[in-house]
Amino acid sequence: MATNQTYYVPEQSKWPIIATVGLATTLYGVASIMVNGSQGESTSGAWITFGIGSLIMAYMLFGWFGTVISESRSGLYSPQMDRSFRWGMSWFIFSEVMFFAAFFGALFYARVFAVPWLGGEGDRGSSNMLWEGFQATWPLLNNPDPEAFPAPEKIIDPWHLPLINTILLVSSSFTVTVAHHALKHENRAKVKIWLAATIALALIFVAVQAYEYFEAYAHLNLTLRSGIYGSTFFMLTGFHGAHVILGTLMLTIMLIRIMKGHFTPEQHFGFEAASWYWHFVDVVWLGLFVFVYVL
Amino acid sequence: MRVHAKRAGALLGASLVSSQAMADWTLNMAPGVTGTSNEIYGLHMTILWICVAIGIVVFGVMFWSIFAHRKSKGSKPAHFHENTVVEILWTIIPFVILVLMCIPATATLMDMYDSEESDIDIKVTGYQWKWKYDYINEEFGYFSNTTTPQDEIYNRVEKNEHYLREVDNPMVVPVDKKIRFLVTANDVIHSWWVPAFGVKKDAIPGFINETWTRIDEPGIYRGQCTELCGRLHGFMPVVVKAVPQDEYDAWVAEQVASAERERELTSKDWTLAELMERGEGVYNTNCAACHQANGEGMPPTFPALKGSRIAIEDMNAHLDVVVNGVSGSPMQAFGEQLSEADLAAVITYERNAWGNDTGEMVTPKEVFDYKNKE
Amino acid sequence: MSAVIDTHAQDHHHGPAKGFTRWLYTTNHKDIGSMYLIFSFAMFLLGGTMAMVIRAELFQPGLQIVEPEFFNQMTTMHGLIMVFGAVMPAFVGLANWMIPMMIGAPDMALPRMNNWSFWLLPAAFLILISTLFMPGGAPNFGWTFYAPLSTTYGPPSTTFFIFAVHIMGVSSIMGAINVIATILNLRAPGMTLMKMPLFVWTWLITAFLLIAVMPVLAGVVTMMLMDINFGTSFFNAAGGGDPVLFQHVFWFFGHPEVYIMILPAFGAVSEIIPAFSRKPLFGYASMVYAVGAIALLSFVVWAHHMFTVGIPLAGELFFMYATMLIAVPTGVKVFNWVATMFRGALSFEAPMLFAVAFVILFTIGGFSGLMLAVAPADFQYHDTYFVVAHFHYVLVPGAIFGIFASAYYWLPKWTGHMYDETLAQTHFWLSFVGMNLAFFPMHFLGLAGMPRRIPDYALQFADFNMVSSIGAFMFGATQLLFLFIVVKCVRGGEKAAAKPWEGAEGLEWTLPSPAPYHTFATPPEIK
Ligand code: HEA
Ligand code: HEA
Ligand code: HEC
Ligand code: CUA
Ligand SMILES: [Cu+2]
Repeated sequence: MATNQTYYVPEQSKWPIIATVGLATTLYGVASIMVNGSQGESTSGAWITFGIGSLIMAYMLFGWFGTVISESRSGLYSPQMDRSFRWGMSWFIFSEVMFFAAFFGALFYARVFAVPWLGGEGDRGSSNMLWEGFQATWPLLNNPDPEAFPAPEKIIDPWHLPLINTILLVSSSFTVTVAHHALKHENRAKVKIWLAATIALALIFVAVQAYEYFEAYAHLNLTLRSGIYGSTFFMLTGFHGAHVILGTLMLTIMLIRIMKGHFTPEQHFGFEAASWYWHFVDVVWLGLFVFVYVL
Repeated sequence: MRVHAKRAGALLGASLVSSQAMADWTLNMAPGVTGTSNEIYGLHMTILWICVAIGIVVFGVMFWSIFAHRKSKGSKPAHFHENTVVEILWTIIPFVILVLMCIPATATLMDMYDSEESDIDIKVTGYQWKWKYDYINEEFGYFSNTTTPQDEIYNRVEKNEHYLREVDNPMVVPVDKKIRFLVTANDVIHSWWVPAFGVKKDAIPGFINETWTRIDEPGIYRGQCTELCGRLHGFMPVVVKAVPQDEYDAWVAEQVASAERERELTSKDWTLAELMERGEGVYNTNCAACHQANGEGMPPTFPALKGSRIAIEDMNAHLDVVVNGVSGSPMQAFGEQLSEADLAAVITYERNAWGNDTGEMVTPKEVFDYKNKE
Repeated sequence: MSAVIDTHAQDHHHGPAKGFTRWLYTTNHKDIGSMYLIFSFAMFLLGGTMAMVIRAELFQPGLQIVEPEFFNQMTTMHGLIMVFGAVMPAFVGLANWMIPMMIGAPDMALPRMNNWSFWLLPAAFLILISTLFMPGGAPNFGWTFYAPLSTTYGPPSTTFFIFAVHIMGVSSIMGAINVIATILNLRAPGMTLMKMPLFVWTWLITAFLLIAVMPVLAGVVTMMLMDINFGTSFFNAAGGGDPVLFQHVFWFFGHPEVYIMILPAFGAVSEIIPAFSRKPLFGYASMVYAVGAIALLSFVVWAHHMFTVGIPLAGELFFMYATMLIAVPTGVKVFNWVATMFRGALSFEAPMLFAVAFVILFTIGGFSGLMLAVAPADFQYHDTYFVVAHFHYVLVPGAIFGIFASAYYWLPKWTGHMYDETLAQTHFWLSFVGMNLAFFPMHFLGLAGMPRRIPDYALQFADFNMVSSIGAFMFGATQLLFLFIVVKCVRGGEKAAAKPWEGAEGLEWTLPSPAPYHTFATPPEIK
C-alpha cells in the first residue's frame, strides 16, 4: 500500500464508473438524435437520454475534480505524483495534436491531390472525364457536382476577422504566461488580472469566430455542405473553436481556484496544465491561420 | 485426396454439395496469359522460394536446438548473449536480399503503370452489383450481369460448372492488342480483377484509374469483384472473352447495329402486355437485387415497391425516382443505365405486378420526352 | 469522497474491498488487469463465435445458413471485436498486471483513470453489439469501413458504430498514457531504461503508437460522421473530396495498429524463451532498437494496403520499399530468439510451447506479409484469401498465442496455483493443429483466386474451404478447454512457488505467489 511518503495510490473511487455511464449515455443520446432525426422519427427520447447523460457528466466532472483538488490540497501529492501528471498531460496534448493532424492531412490531401485530379491534372487526371466543366482551383469556388454541393460564393478574407483573432489568441498566450510568472512570485493580484485578461481575450475570440460563421452561412454560402472547402474549413476551425471553449473553461476554473487561494509558487500543476493546453490551442490556430485562411 | 475430402464432407452431412463439383486442389497462383501476369508469377515464385530458403535456415537452427539442446537430454546452458558480428551480419544480409527483390519488382511495376499508346480504350464502371463496359472509341456500351440462378445459389438445383462466374454479356476484346481500361464506379468502391491478366484495379466513384492489358491467347477469362461493395459483392463476376481480331471486328459491327436497333425501339408502338413481358426481365436483372423479385424489398434499407405510394400513384414522381435516382441513397439514376424502352417497360411492370394493378402504362416515347424535358 | 481521504491514512495494507464495488470502483492494477483479461476473453469467444458463423457458411458453396447481408455483418463485427475487443484489451490487461510488478512500482501511475479506461470498454462494446439489433442491422462494411460504403451506403446503425469507436479510442488513449507515465515515472531506483524487461519496453513503444494513431482513427470516424449527418464531402468526389482519402487516414492508423497487436507479444515471448532456455536473452539491446525501428517504420508504410487503389507510381514504389524494410528489424528479433534457444537447456512447458509456435508461425505470417509487400504481386494477392491467411497467421498464432503463452507463464503468479500442465499441453497441440488446418489452406484459396468477404464461392474453392472450416471448428472448440484450465487453476491446484520457472528472471518472481494485493509499496533497490 502506498503511503504519502512514497506514491499516493487513491482508494476506490466511484467517479470512473459514473464517468463511463455518463459518457456512454451522452453519446448514445447524440447518436440517437442523429439517426432518428435523419429517419424522420421523433427525437425527444433521444434528447432526454442526451440530457441525462450530460447531467451525469457534469456531476462527475465536479465530483472527480473536486476530489483531486482536495487531495492535492491536503498534501497527498508528492513531487513524483506531480511528474505523473505532467507526463499524463503532455501525452494527452500529443494525442490532441494527432487528432488535428488527421484533419490537416485531409486538407492537404484534398488540395494537393484530390482536387487537381478531379480538375484533370496529374496521375488520375482522366477523372475529369466524369466532371465535365470542372476546373480545379483553391479555394474551391466551384464543385465537381454543383447541384449536390453548391460551392461557396466567396471565402473568409484572412486579413480581417481571422487576423484579429490571431492577434487575440497570440496575446492571450502572452497574458497567460505573465499570469504564470506572477503565480511563481506569489503575486496573487497580478495573477488574477492577467488570467482574467486571458479569459476575456478568449471570449472575444469565440465571439468573433461565431460572427465569422454567421457571415459564412448568411452571406457567403460557405457551409458544411459547400464541398470540400467548406468541409475542411469548418472541421478545422470548428474543432479548434471547441478546444478554445474547453481551454477557456479550464482557465476559468483556475481563476476561481486562484481566488479561493489555491496553489503555491512551487505546486500549481493544475494551472500549468491549463496554460499548456492554452498554448497548444494557440499553436493550432497559427497552423489554421496559415493553411486554412491565408494559403 | 479428393475422395477423402468427399468422404469427410459426407460424414459431416455435406449432402447438398453436388457430386460432380469442380473442386480441385490448386495450390499455387496460375501464370496467366499476359506479359504482366507472367512477370508477376515469376516474382511470386522468386519471393516464395527466397522465403522458403530463409525459413529452412532459421527453422533448421531452431529445430536443431530443440532436439539437441533440451534439458531432458542433459544440455547445460551456455551463457553467451551478444555477438556484434553476427548481429550485424543478420541485419545486412536480409537487407541485401530485399534490395535484390526490389529490382525486378520495380521494373514490373513501372511496366504495369505504363498505359500509354493503347489500341482500344474501354471504360469499366462498377455498379452495385454489375459491371458496365463502354467502348469509348466505338460509342457503344452495355451492362454485364451475373446469370447464376437463385435456385443454384440456394442449393435447390445442382450448381453448374461456372457457378458464380458467369455473366450475360461478357467483355469482348481482341488478342495481341494493348487494351486500356478506364476504371471507375457509380456508387461504392468496386475492384475489377481478372487473375489471368494480372490486372486488378479499384473502381473509385468519381475518379478514373487507368490500367491496361495485352492478351496472348484467345479464351474466356473469369474473375470477380474484389472490393467489398455491399450485399451482393460475392455475386459480381467479371468475364472477358478474348477473340482474334477479325472476330472482334465483326462483334463490334454487330454491337453498333444493335445499339441502333435499340434506339429504334423508342419510337415503336407498345402494348401493355409487351411492356410487362420486357419489364419483368429488366426488373429481374436490374432491380430485384434490392427490391427483390417479389417486390417486397428489404425494409428499412430497400423499400418495398409492392403497394408503394410512388409506384402506384403519381407517375411523374415514379419516373423521377427511376430516371434520376435518389441522391445519397443506393437507388441509382437508371436514366443513364437503361434504354427508354427498358425504362418504360420496368416502370409499367412495377405498376402492374405483384398486385399493383393500376392498369397504367408508360411508353418509351413518354419516357424519352420526360428525359428531354429536364 | 472526502471520506476516502480521511480514512486512507489509517487503513494501510488492506486487501480488496468486498462485494461488487470492489470491481466497479477499484483502483488496483491487479484487479483492473484481471477485468481486462476476463473482458478480452469474453470478446474472444464472441468474436470467435462470429468466425464460426462465417466458417459454417463457407463450409460449402451455396448459401445455407445466413443471408449475404448478415454474413457481411458477421465479417465486420468479427474483425472489429477481435481487434478492439479481444487482442488489444488482453495486452492492456497483461500490462496492468505485469508492468508495475516488473519495474517495482506500487501501482499504475494514474489509478483512477486506469479504472475509467477499463470500464469504457464494456460500454463501447455494448453500443457496438447493440447495433446487431437495430433496424438495418449492424455495420456491414468490413472492419476497415471504407467510404462511401460506410457513409452514403451504410446502415443507420453506422452512427452508433462511430460513437462506439470514439469511446474505445478514449479508452485506449488513456490506457496508453497510463502505461507511459508508469514506465517513465515509477521505475524503482536503479531500474534504468536499458535494464527494463523487454515486455516493458515493447509496451512503452506500443503505448506511444497508441497515442499517436488512435486520435487519427477518431479523426477519420469523425469525418465519416460529418459526411453522413452534416452533408460534408470529405469522401465524396462530387464535392471535391475523395473516397481514397478515407483509406489514407484509416491506414495511417491501421498499419501501426497491427503492430500494436504484435509488439507486446514480442515482449512476452522475449521473456518466456530465455526462461525456458535457461539462458539470457540474446541481443537485448538490438531487440530494443528493433522494436523502435519497427514502430517508426510503421508510420510510413500505410499505403501497402492500397496498392490497387491507383496511387501514383512514385508513392507505390516508396511504400513498397518502406514496407519491405520492416522485415529487417523483425528478422533481427526472430534471429535473436533462435540464438537464445541455441545451446540453451530447453524444456517445453505450455508457455514455451506457445512461444516456440509463435516464433515459427509468426515468421510464416511475416513471410506472406513480405510477399504482399511486393507491390506488383500484391495486385494478384490483394483482397483474396491470401491476405486473410497472412493476417490470421500473424494474429492467431502471433497475438493470440502470445497471449496464451503469457497467461500460462504468469498464471501461477496471479493465482498462486500451477495450472494443469497436461491439459495445457493438450490445449496447445489441439490449437496448433486446428489453427494450421484452418488457416494454411487459405493461402491456396487466395492464390487460386478466391476473393475475401464473400459468403459464397465458385466450385473450385470447395475442398479447401471445407478443410479450413473443419480446422476452425477444431480450433474454436479447443478454446473452451482453455477456459476450463484457467477456471480450474483459479479455484485450486498445486501451490505455486514464488518462482515456479527455473530459468525465469525479473522482479515479479521475487514476490510471493499469488502476488499480494499491493506490491512494492516501498520500491525495491535494483543493483
Ligand atoms: C499483428 C498483425 C500484423 C503484423 C505483425 C503484420 C506484419 C506485416 N504485414 Fe500485414 N496485415 C495485417 C496484420 C499484420 N501484418 C492485417 C490485419 C492485414 C489486413 C488488413 C485488412 O485488409 O483487413 C494485413 C495486410 C497486409 C498487407 C496488405 C495486403 C493487401 O490487402 O493486399 C501487406 C502488404 O504489404 C502486409 C504486409 C506486412 C509486412 C511486410 C509485415 C512485416 O511486419 C512482417 C515482417 C516479418 C518477417 C518478414 C518474418 C521474419 C523475418 C525474417 C526471418 C528475416 C528475413 C526475412 C526476409 C529477408 C524475407 N500486411
Ligand atoms: C486478432 C484478430 C483475429 C482473430 C483472433 C481471428 C480469429 C479467427 N478468424 Fe478472423 N479476422 C480478423 C481478425 C481475427 N480473426 C480480421 C481483422 C478479419 C477481417 C475482417 C474484414 O474483412 O473486415 C477477419 C476475417 C476472417 C475471415 C474472412 C471473412 C471474410 O473475408 O468474409 C475468416 C474466414 O474464415 C476468419 C476466420 C477466423 C477464425 C476461424 C478464427 C478463430 O481463430 C476463432 C477461434 C475462436 C473461437 C471459435 C471462440 C472460442 C469458442 C467458442 C465461443 C465456443 C463455440 C465454438 C464452436 C461452436 C466450435 N476471420
Ligand atoms: C442498389 C439498390 C437498388 C437497386 C438496384 C434499385 N433500387 Fe430502387 N430504391 C433503392 C433504395 C435504397 C430506395 C429508397 C430511396 C430513398 O427514398 O431513400 C429505392 C426506391 C425506389 C422507388 C421508390 C419507392 C418508395 O416507395 O419510396 C422506386 C419506384 C424504385 N426504387 C424503383 C426501382 C427500379 C425500377 C429499379 C430498377 C430499374 C430499382 N429501383 C433498382 C435501391 C435500389
Ligand atoms: Cu463490386 Cu464487390
Ligand atoms: Cu499494414
